[in-house]
Amino acid sequence: MHEAVALPAWVALAYLVAGICFILALRGLSSPETAQRGNRFGIAGMILAVGTTLYQFAPGGGLSPAHAPAMPTPRGDWLDPVVLAEILGAIAIGAGIGLVTARRIQMTAMPQLVAAFHSLVGMAAVLVAAAAYLNPDAFGIATGGVIHRISRVEMGLGAAIGAITFSGSVIAFLKLNGNMSGKPILLPGRHVINLGTLAAIVGLAAYFTQDQAPWVFFTVCALSFLIGFLLIVPIGGADMPVVVSMLNSYSGWAAAAMGFTLHNTAMIVTGALVGSSGAILSYIMCRAMNRSFISVIAGGFGGDAAAAGGGAAIDRPWKRGSAEDAAFLMSQAEQVIIVPGYGMAVAQAQHALREMGDILKKEGVSVKYAIHPVAGRMPGHMNVLLAEANVPYDEVFELEDINSEFARTDVAFVIGANDVTNPAAKTDKSSPIYGMPVLDVEKAKTVLFVKRSMGGVGYAGVDNELFYRDNTMMLLADAKKMVEEIVKALG
Amino acid sequence: MIVKTRLERERPGRLSTSPCWPANVAVDPLGKTTLMDFISILSIFVLACFVGYFVVWGVTPALHTPLMAVTNAISSVIIVGALIAAAAAGVPGAKWLGLLAVVLASVNIFGGFAVTARMLAMYKKKERR
Repeated sequence: MHEAVALPAWVALAYLVAGICFILALRGLSSPETAQRGNRFGIAGMILAVGTTLYQFAPGGGLSPAHAPAMPTPRGDWLDPVVLAEILGAIAIGAGIGLVTARRIQMTAMPQLVAAFHSLVGMAAVLVAAAAYLNPDAFGIATGGVIHRISRVEMGLGAAIGAITFSGSVIAFLKLNGNMSGKPILLPGRHVINLGTLAAIVGLAAYFTQDQAPWVFFTVCALSFLIGFLLIVPIGGADMPVVVSMLNSYSGWAAAAMGFTLHNTAMIVTGALVGSSGAILSYIMCRAMNRSFISVIAGGFGGDAAAAGGGAAIDRPWKRGSAEDAAFLMSQAEQVIIVPGYGMAVAQAQHALREMGDILKKEGVSVKYAIHPVAGRMPGHMNVLLAEANVPYDEVFELEDINSEFARTDVAFVIGANDVTNPAAKTDKSSPIYGMPVLDVEKAKTVLFVKRSMGGVGYAGVDNELFYRDNTMMLLADAKKMVEEIVKALG
Repeated sequence: MIVKTRLERERPGRLSTSPCWPANVAVDPLGKTTLMDFISILSIFVLACFVGYFVVWGVTPALHTPLMAVTNAISSVIIVGALIAAAAAGVPGAKWLGLLAVVLASVNIFGGFAVTARMLAMYKKKERR
């Protein structure tokens, strides 16, 4: 009964305070004004958690009985300068890699970076679970070499979720980074394979409570790596916002499971926060696509263009405009709403776009930005890119806040977005995107649609009837080049 | 180095200064106390989920990317487990896994907080003249 051994109260309290710091870190994100303070709370919480853990090993610090009981020399070993140097060295290596990456990474590559970071949390969870399995005494979760059953459940869960997070995030990273095709890859009979693998994991995890043999534990890990891979491979590029949020959630649940093993409040609170954060983000993304979470996870969406329910022939008449036309229309307008999408990120057009906005504002045009929740490859992707280009955040609006304004707007400037503007989502019941909330750009007096060519369709594989409307003018070019030309024409 | 640690542990002087811990832990693996412990931390977990639910719905959608970055950083609090494994003697394999986990979690902690700070510094208000 390890909990009954006198617990150094300050240790438990320190972890609790760390947990509260993490809550405040997320709380700060409710507004850009408090967000930086929130981030500092997060850092403080982490320093407290790591510091407490390290200090427990110092003389007089005492050990948390949660892990102390089985330790032969609770004080001596920890102070070994070699061990301490190893630990500090490991932290320094990680810090170096992390800081350099954080500084060098381009904002457009943020989705990949987040996926890569998720994979690290997942792997760390697997490693900690494996270490706890190999040396349960150090974690105080075993009696005479027999690991407590509850701990086995927690450990198995932590390892399984961690492994799924790892391999799933690696695939998400490869897809987002372009090392792997963004198209869904469909294995024959994948649902049967996936369900079979999941059932095997659950079965073995249950068996693990009866038999703590190594093969059980490591088979659970191996199968979980496999299922993470199998789950993400069939999911297409534009569904990545859901996938990235889901993996975010998983990394939290993995941390929480390990927190249960260690009886550590900071880990449990953090795991719950991160888990619910990712789950809520996945829900928001699914709602913004009017799709169920199950259908996203089942994958395969956007794979076959034959699903095009709009059925409109490509050879309908449409209008083509030039950069000069666009510049003229916008400079005459009272209000312009810019609708960015993933194409803007690919073309790195955000800086040119802000320049265009600045010139228009100088001419007395009101410029606003409208963001669809699933624009880009991760939640909030467009907001970060616009912020990077120095667009003030109070000019950037979410769908529900700005949708009513299109009717009072002279020019809607759609750049790199497609499906999220398709009016068919409101009218055409046969369309695969029917019911998805879309930006009402067609209500603006004129729609300027920047697109590479007329041939390509959006991710959903549907033709956009917006292209053929009387009030739409197509600007066919690379997004960045087109905006730069408009800037030239305006200046 | 591991050898050295073991040697140290075998020094009788060290052992005599610490109480004999293992004697205290004899308990049924699924005994009553362990179950109550489990339920008390489960309570913390469930309540924290509710806190998370309300806090995260309060996050402005414009900051969803920094939210992911910072949740990433804080979920690396799993480093606590990695530190315990890395510091424990006895099973070299577990120790090295722990050290590797410390490296991975540190990448995340430093990288996650730094990239969040970098992003948040970009969010600026309109200059009002």
